[in-house]
Amino acid sequence: MAVFEKVQEIIVEELGKEAEEVQLETTFDDLDADSLDVFQVISEIEDAFDIQIETEDGLNTVGDLVAYVEEKTK
Amino acid sequence: MVFSKISQVAHYAPNQVVSNDDLAKIMDTSDDWIVSRTGIKQRHISKTESTSDLAGHVALKLLEKAKLDASEIDFIIVATVTPDSMMPSTAALVQAKIGAQNAFVFDLTAACSGFIFALATADKLIASGLYRKGLIIGAETFSKTVDWSDRSTAVLFGDGAGGVLLEASDKKHFLAESLNSDGSRGEGLTSGKIGLSSPFSEMTESDPFVKMDGRAIFDFAIRDVSKSIKKLIADLGIDAEELDYLFLHQANIRILDKMAKKIGVSREKFPANMMHYGNTSAASIPILLSESLDNGMIKLDGSQTILLSGFGGGLTWGSLIVKI
Repeated sequence: MAVFEKVQEIIVEELGKEAEEVQLETTFDDLDADSLDVFQVISEIEDAFDIQIETEDGLNTVGDLVAYVEEKTK
Repeated sequence: MVFSKISQVAHYAPNQVVSNDDLAKIMDTSDDWIVSRTGIKQRHISKTESTSDLAGHVALKLLEKAKLDASEIDFIIVATVTPDSMMPSTAALVQAKIGAQNAFVFDLTAACSGFIFALATADKLIASGLYRKGLIIGAETFSKTVDWSDRSTAVLFGDGAGGVLLEASDKKHFLAESLNSDGSRGEGLTSGKIGLSSPFSEMTESDPFVKMDGRAIFDFAIRDVSKSIKKLIADLGIDAEELDYLFLHQANIRILDKMAKKIGVSREKFPANMMHYGNTSAASIPILLSESLDNGMIKLDGSQTILLSGFGGGLTWGSLIVKI
């Protein structure tokens, strides 16, 4: 499964959203996600891809998350 | 063989209740913000009572419920990170308050795992055959260690105390135990730092205030602690749904919800009262257990099996599965 699809699936599951609401340009604000929601999503992404995400700074959109994961897993 | 069993539970919180709206008057926060992120609606804050006062009330209630004379108590352990003083220990002050002249007493420092570590220790003291009755109390006046100008922590904590009477029994009640620590991640949750200071020392930093790396602690709870609880249940060889209730440290309802999911047990089995008390650290589990006794959820007749789990500063985390 491509990185975007997996990240999208995690956000849908963790934040109770529909897939259509989760696109590359979608921001955490668009998703009504507070800091704990962000922690939750990041934690699941870390587990799913077996990576460490040092900081949530700079990760504002779904696209940012996907790019980060792709960088860490290449 | 001698075993131990919990024969009484009690709690005590100071009268003064501080709501989220009260906090919004003195810092930039709101009821909405606090409730949505933590589930906390109010907390008890001591106006005049010290940690030993709170713990002393619990001790007296336990004695009264058990119809025991204080002289029959062999030991008192107070789990706290907000003691009245280092010397005498808060447990010593409690001993004096209740007149338990035959007891040996000490405080135990393990933050939000304090009550669990203390209970596990007390179980071993009784299992040794040398001691028959002990009071194990978690008590905190966290309000004195909070930086009231730091809204990221000031909204989270509250004051209170809870405890149990542990007695010798010929039946096994403590079924499984997992006690853990990781000091390498200790900087994620700190308080009460006292640096060096003498005419012969290089001064080092002091900082009384509680400080927390929110994300690190959130991750620790939902990942490491959930995993530890799951493993304990599996190692005991029971199905998680066989547990009647799981009493987790009451820090944050979002963490509780997430952990329930990860542990894989129905959410109704996780009682919660942080909405009324905030995070009372070592007092959190015994207060919840005591309220559950008061409302009939827990019967103390040996018919139920529960899991207790504390986790926090240290880092420390500990879980016990007990028949109650």
